[in-house]
Amino acid sequence: MTILFPSLAKRHSVTNRGHSNSELFTLTYGALVTQLCKDYENDEEVNKQLDKMGYNIGVRLIEDFLARSSVGRCHDFRETADVIAKVAFKMYLGITPSVTNWSPAGDEFSLILESNPLVDFVELPDNHSNLVYSSLLCGVLRGALEMVQMAVDVRFAQDTLRGDNVTEIRMKFIKRIEENLPAGDE
Amino acid sequence: MEVRFTRGKSAILERSLTRPKTEVSVSAFALLFSEMVQYCQSRVYSVSELQARLADMGQGVGASLLDVLVMREKNGKRETKVLNILLFIKVNVWKALFGKEADKLEQAILTHSGFPAKVTVHWHKGTTLMIKFDEAVIARDKSLDGR
Repeated sequence: MTILFPSLAKRHSVTNRGHSNSELFTLTYGALVTQLCKDYENDEEVNKQLDKMGYNIGVRLIEDFLARSSVGRCHDFRETADVIAKVAFKMYLGITPSVTNWSPAGDEFSLILESNPLVDFVELPDNHSNLVYSSLLCGVLRGALEMVQMAVDVRFAQDTLRGDNVTEIRMKFIKRIEENLPAGDE
Repeated sequence: MEVRFTRGKSAILERSLTRPKTEVSVSAFALLFSEMVQYCQSRVYSVSELQARLADMGQGVGASLLDVLVMREKNGKRETKVLNILLFIKVNVWKALFGKEADKLEQAILTHSGFPAKVTVHWHKGTTLMIKFDEAVIARDKSLDGR
């Protein structure tokens, strides 16, 4: 289900403006997390829900991304990592995380985020120490990559909200997803 | 949410309130917002409940936004007259939001500025926001004019 605001766009000529200040985004995400904390009893459930919502967003975001960037098919996981960090993150969140800590097999790497618009001015209260606030991002990455036939595992290895110096997202390649043709198609 | 204090003072309170330099894409916001609406939809049974839930979420956003904007744009002086607060919304708030659908945000801003009002959205050649102020506000404004 897509929500369109066509009349708003005409009235305010928003068509050319692709970027907006991150404050509204940060506040809106905060409102979402707050609402989820009210709706669910424990942090684990909220994390799961954020991840699920992120997945739904990722599945749609990939199309928007492919349409707006001129990036072609990636040949390997390293290329994928670069595209995610330098193109996608820049395009959507205005930040460029660095890609590091490659595993020897080349199937796992880390994204180090020095800043994260989702968490500007956010602090976790003591009674929510298990909340992985930016869980949405994991879901987005997982959902988007699944749509381009890559099954990945995404998790937060470090989180500034929980006391670490940087935020580190660990991404692991699981397998290539074979395209399943519907039965009867030749 | 309570704020956790580290060594007696929260580090976050030290940070400056100037406009952040990071720019987030509009589609990122649109995707997030539509997902939030879908989430609410899955938990309610009527449109008015859906609107109420979204309005609730907007409340927090509006309250925070008001503080930041007043601090930044007006050195901490808030508006006391109806016309001025509406102008404030029209110019500053709208600028900050870039034309996003914001009836719930406007209501929160109005309420927290001391202008209790009911904001509703009407779809008629574009989105029109009808702001209905409580009687007390109109009366107060009249008395201010009389001075």
